[in-house]
Order: sequence, then structure tokens, then C-alpha cells
Amino acid sequence: MRGEAICRDHVSARLLAPFAPLVLMTGAAVAAEALIEFRQVSHRFGARPVLSDINLAVRPSEFVCMVGPSGCGKTTMLRMVAGLLRPEHGSVFYSGAPVTEPAHAVAFMFQDYSKALLPWRNAAGNVALALEASGVPRAARQPRIATLLEKVGLGGHAEQFPIQLSGGMQQRLQIARCLAQEPAVLLMDEPFGALDAMTRQSLQDELLRIIQASRTTALFVTHDLEEAIYLGDRVVALHPNPGRIAQIFEVTLPRPRNQLETREDPEFIRLRHEIFHFISAGAA
Amino acid sequence: MKTLKGALFPVAVLLLWEIGMRASGIQSDSLAPPSQIAVAFYEALFDGTVLDRTAQTLFVVICGLGIGGGLALVFSVLMGLVPAFARLMQFSIEVLRPVPPVALIPVAMLIFGFGFPMEITLCAFACFWPVAIYGHAAIANIEPQLLDVSRVLRLSPVARVFKIVLPAALPRYFVGFRLSAAVSLIIAVTVEITINPLGVGFELMKASQSLHPDRMFAMLLWIGVIGGGLNWALLFAQRRLFGRAGLAAAR
Repeated sequence: MRGEAICRDHVSARLLAPFAPLVLMTGAAVAAEALIEFRQVSHRFGARPVLSDINLAVRPSEFVCMVGPSGCGKTTMLRMVAGLLRPEHGSVFYSGAPVTEPAHAVAFMFQDYSKALLPWRNAAGNVALALEASGVPRAARQPRIATLLEKVGLGGHAEQFPIQLSGGMQQRLQIARCLAQEPAVLLMDEPFGALDAMTRQSLQDELLRIIQASRTTALFVTHDLEEAIYLGDRVVALHPNPGRIAQIFEVTLPRPRNQLETREDPEFIRLRHEIFHFISAGAA
Repeated sequence: MKTLKGALFPVAVLLLWEIGMRASGIQSDSLAPPSQIAVAFYEALFDGTVLDRTAQTLFVVICGLGIGGGLALVFSVLMGLVPAFARLMQFSIEVLRPVPPVALIPVAMLIFGFGFPMEITLCAFACFWPVAIYGHAAIANIEPQLLDVSRVLRLSPVARVFKIVLPAALPRYFVGFRLSAAVSLIIAVTVEITINPLGVGFELMKASQSLHPDRMFAMLLWIGVIGGGLNWALLFAQRRLFGRAGLAAAR
């Protein structure tokens, strides 16, 4: 598989001779260790270009956040990794093979929890859907559902329906359903965007705790700069129209992170300034 | 309280009707005072006519609803999920749908003759359309994110239909089925009045032709009760049998 990918790389390198040094650099440097990789991905919706020449490699167990204004193609990139959308040009690779369809090892957490949960199933039933899909036998489901709901703090709410749960709890339920897939990769599309500040912070911390314990790779889309810096190992800043990677910022803040100390860290504040100015300059 | 206020008008009309007919002493072949209608209904109920005729009509209505609605359910799921099938059927639907089911009475009569099959076929034809059209619209309007969920989880096509598509579309299917139930009764009674010697419609016609207005009005009221009962039964089924999925419709 990997050999094939490298061959393909050589072919594209020849086709794109003028850009060869760039291709070889990005391709060769990351091919060895990337779990997810965008290679020269461009895409259009109708006549409107949404992504232009995206190259990005995500290492295993890395937490990468993507920030940028609306229309910069953040969600489109996630949908490509999930196998919900095929790029028009270029490819997205997952463990060395091009993504052509959704995979069990890749979970997707949707922005609008009220539309991503099945309103006719209770909390336990919504988690069960993921287990049914991956063919877990009926007898084995119940204990796993209980563990998962416990893990996201919904232990006592198994019988409640989504409409009876608060926004934060519904998003916890979606986390539980994603975890039921035992994913190697968790894709999140502005998952906390609609929640109030307090709920958002507690969910950020729980997400980090869960993800660090399971060594899951995460790709996290957000509008919120601070959220991106707080969660990520790297922050990818995108510029819109068409969406393109403007710059990638390394976040060296120590883990585990803490809502007070991390956010007061001079490095956090420095990054926030840097990325903020960078993005507003791009939007202007 | 609300029902009490609502009952005020019909009760007043009945009282006036009763008093008017008694005071004027009219002997009519086309009208009967409410008290006589009540007596006629009571008699018909206890000599078994009402129950027999009701059973016949309900049998037709339910068979028609089951066959027509059931076919429409399968048809609309195929239409919703297989775009090629939807395109293939588009023209046929546009040609067949405007045909008034009662216009098919002579055709059905020729094919089946008197009896249940003829009436059930016409009811099934009429019941097909509301379920097919509401169902197709329901499937077209399923929250796209739910379909994304089913793709990300890699649900099989069958699991997708039974776990996502049908539950999500169920509330609208119920609307379609309730409309079809009402249509089914209309068609059944129409066929019984015009041609088929069966059911409450035939009993109504017989009372009218034998100049028994009391019995005629009794059957007319009873048909109204059947219609209301059918609608209530389907609403009840929606609430009880399908729990949350059905409740979503009440919103």
C-alpha cells in the first residue's frame, strides 16, 4: 500500500515538475509517519473553488485544530477525511491508502447535535446504533453502552431521549457514540460552537482527557482561536476564497492543560495574538 | 368546557328539528325527527344490520388501506432511495394520479363483478396516492446529517432503511395513512351507494329508496362515527405503537 502511494507520488512529481522540490519535500518528509495526509487537494462546489492545493499531514495521536473564517473549506476537509466527499483533484490518504469511503476507524462528530442524534432513540439506543453498525453482538452491547455513557458523564441518563437532554449533554452523547466505534481518528466539526462558555470548557477538558487516554488522533474544526490553541498540538490557519492553508502554528504548551493556567500562560497569549493578527490580515 | 361549548350548536339544532317537526305535525318521506332516528338506529343496532354492514365496510376500508398503503410504502422508499426508479416512474404517476378513483368503478365492475374484490381494488387505488406522495416527500426531506451519520457508521442499505429512513419519515407516513383512511371510507361508501350491494353505503341507499328517512339518517350519522373512529384509531396507534418516532409528528 505504502509503496503504491510513493509510486503515485513520483508520477505526480513528474507531472508537476516545476513544483517538484515542494512535492518531494512535503511528500517524503511526512509519508513515513503521517496517519492522515492531504496531497495537493483542490475542490470546487459548482464553479466556486472551495479548496486550493491543500497539503497537510497529521501524525498518529496528534491533535490538529483548523481555524479560519466561514468559507475557508474547514468542514469540506473533514468530510474528505471521513470519506463523505471525494476531492476533485489530489487525494486524501489514511494510513497510506487513499480514502474512498467511510471507515469504522474514523468517527465524525457533527456540529449540530440536534440533527445528528436519532430523536426516536434514547441515549442508550443512540450509542447502540454505532455498535449495531460495527456488528457487536446484542449481548455484548449493554455493558459497553453503560461504560461509554459513564465515560462521558451520562451514566444516569441512558433512558432519556435527546430532546430531554441539554445541548451539552446531547454533545456528550455524540462523543459517546463516536467512542463506541473505537476510532483511531476523531473528526470534529465545530462540536462546541453552539454551547455556552461554561459547558464548552468542561467539554473541552473531558475531550482532552478521553483522547489522551485512548491516544486517538484528532482533527478539530473551530471558529474559536482560543479553543484551537487550548486543545491542539498544532493550529492550522486557513484563508478563505478559495480555502488554503495559510500557516501552521506549533503549540508547545504543556499537557495536561488547565483552563486557568494554560490560558494565562505567556505562550498562549503570544500565540493568540499571532494567530489573531494573522487571520484578520488574511480576511482583510 | 370546550366540548360543552362545541356541543351547544348541534344540540340546539336537534332540539329545534324535533320541536319543529312535532309542532307542525308534518308526515314526511324525506325527513324524520331526531327521536325517530335514534329509535331506528337502536333497532338496526340490535337486529344486527348495523354491525354486519359496518363489518363489511370496515373490511373493505382496511384491506384497501393495507394493500394500497403498503404498496405505496415500498414504492415511495424505492422512489426516495433509487433516483433512477423515481425518474422511471415520474411519467406514469403524473398520468395515473389525476384519475378519479370513482371513474374506475365501471372498469372494476367489468373485471371483478359485484363483491369485495371490486370495492377493495378501488379503495387500494385511492389509498395509494396519499401514502406514496407524503412518503416520497418525507424521504426527500430527511435531515441530510442523519444520512451522513448512517454513512459514517457504515450502515448497510437495509439497516439504513429500517434504522434511519423509515423512522425519520414515519410521522409523515402517518399523515399519509390517515388521509388514505378517510379516502378509503369515501370510496367504499361511494361504491356501495352506486353499485355494490354491501356495507353501510348500501344500507343507507336501501333506506332512502324504501322511504325510511329515520333509518337513512341513522346510517348517515353512523358513517360519520366510523370515519371519526378510523382517524382516532390511527392517531392512537401512532402514539402508542411507535413511541418517540410517532410523537415527533405531534410537534
